[in-house]
Amino acid sequence: MSNKYYEFFCPVKVIAGKAALEHIPYELTGMGAKRPMIVTDKGVRAAGLLDPVIAACEESGLEIVSIYDDVPPDSSTSVVKDIAGIYRSEKCDSLIAVGGGSAIDTAKAVNLLVSEGGDDIAKYTGAGVIKHPLKPFLVVPTTAGTGSEVTSVAVITDTKKSVKLPFTSSFLLPNAAVIDPRMTLTLPPHITAATAMDAMTHAIEAFTCMAKNPLSDAYATSAIKKISQSLLQVMDNPKDADGRLELAQASTMAGIAFSNSMVGLVHALGHAAGAICHLPHGLCMSLFLPYALEYNLETIREPLGELLLYLEGPEVYAATPSNRRAEASISALRKLRDELHKRCKLPRTLKETGSVTEDQLDTIAEMAMDDGSIMFNPKEVLIEDARAVIKRAWA
Amino acid sequence: MFAKRIQPMVFQARRLYVEVMLQVMGRALQAVSEFDSASQAEARSLPEGFLFEMMVMPDGSRMIVEHIGDGRLHYHGNKAPRPIDLSIQFKHIAHAFLVLSFQEKTSVAFANDRMLVDGDISYAVRMTRVLNRLETFILPKLVARRAVKEYPESLHLPEKLISAARIYLKVATHFVETARAS
Repeated sequence: MSNKYYEFFCPVKVIAGKAALEHIPYELTGMGAKRPMIVTDKGVRAAGLLDPVIAACEESGLEIVSIYDDVPPDSSTSVVKDIAGIYRSEKCDSLIAVGGGSAIDTAKAVNLLVSEGGDDIAKYTGAGVIKHPLKPFLVVPTTAGTGSEVTSVAVITDTKKSVKLPFTSSFLLPNAAVIDPRMTLTLPPHITAATAMDAMTHAIEAFTCMAKNPLSDAYATSAIKKISQSLLQVMDNPKDADGRLELAQASTMAGIAFSNSMVGLVHALGHAAGAICHLPHGLCMSLFLPYALEYNLETIREPLGELLLYLEGPEVYAATPSNRRAEASISALRKLRDELHKRCKLPRTLKETGSVTEDQLDTIAEMAMDDGSIMFNPKEVLIEDARAVIKRAWA
Repeated sequence: MFAKRIQPMVFQARRLYVEVMLQVMGRALQAVSEFDSASQAEARSLPEGFLFEMMVMPDGSRMIVEHIGDGRLHYHGNKAPRPIDLSIQFKHIAHAFLVLSFQEKTSVAFANDRMLVDGDISYAVRMTRVLNRLETFILPKLVARRAVKEYPESLHLPEKLISAARIYLKVATHFVETARAS
């Protein structure tokens, strides 16, 4: 009997493509919601991305009762409490998150608080605390990278205690993710590149780490193919709506993949570098990806070699000897990284970021060793291994 | 028919095995933290008085250890003096048996969602490393390879044998002391 076992879960309805936003009123009213609140950030509002969402709702007679547009990049327990207060005083009955990872995580936490009651979100951390479905909740991502719209996790900073509080429950998942190409059309090139590399890393780690499974593999390979085919195209032509939609779908698919198979060393290093040097998460992923794959190479040679098909297409895959495909996959990722540097100066090394100093490298390694993702890395990582990978990524 | 008759005995044996193994692990954690500098270094970052539990859901066997400072762990049996800080919970006794009989690596069990972590995940990562180190000491190399993600090449036979002897001696002494006290 096989020893293999896996779990796969994604109950989020994905509404993707042209005029997807116009499905929001139908979805909300279908769940009995009549008074939605939008949670977003100032950047999204300034970019005019709320306008099509509001128009789509108003046209169908669904009034947006309240808009909170002040979500900071690192959301906190006090922000969650404030938004929950507004939600209650305005008698809202549902939530729409419009934005990137922070807005989505904040809305997840607000939904938890307004559904379960109370003012202290911190008491809902821990496993198995949430036992009931929450309020109707839709997510409209405005970046193509985090995959937060399909993950059951939210991370909120407790500013008083200076700790990050993780909330995990399948009930945090939104009822639907609305992926409309209009929402990512104006994304600046360096954010497009970094967030796409975030999605690429989600998919590659999902396909090569310990909890990989046939279903997450299917999502991961499809996401890698879409990103490989569309990213440079979109970088050259940012108004390419089809390419934008491909990237947005890839991000969601990569999110589904990694939330069911976890991530590994790239994320452990990236989380630590992000926390210490305040680098954007997507950039950290792009910086560490090739070096972490090289570290894992002998443990993941077979799946990594398989990915060459999705990274470079059937011709290159067929022309590459099977024992060289894993190395060729890493080369393809380096090539992509270099192309992104050419197009938008996305840093290729930690040194190039200008935000990291050499004396921080050891601290990054130490922090990475305590990151939960390191448990799912296919190869055991010792502190000296983490240091070596970071050193390679330095310059 | 025969299988049906012996099934309750198999279940009981499995429960007993898991219970004994958790007791051994709790005592062995205390023992390894008394002399192994690498385990002490891992445990040192836990807050003093930190309570770690491994248990079988919903209310099965459990072992509780406390960080009493300077990387030292103290085994509390199955009763916690205070609320637990970090709990690793097997979803079913069958999953606990898979891990504790070394048919499934701890890391694989995490990846397979056999266990839940209730508490700070970074402390869970540290405690898993201490458990892995313990297993590499006390299990024969062939068995240890099945229990940990990667058997450390730097661990040579003399160190392994001496460490294992010290741990087993301390575990046995602890068992005798507990029996005498009760």
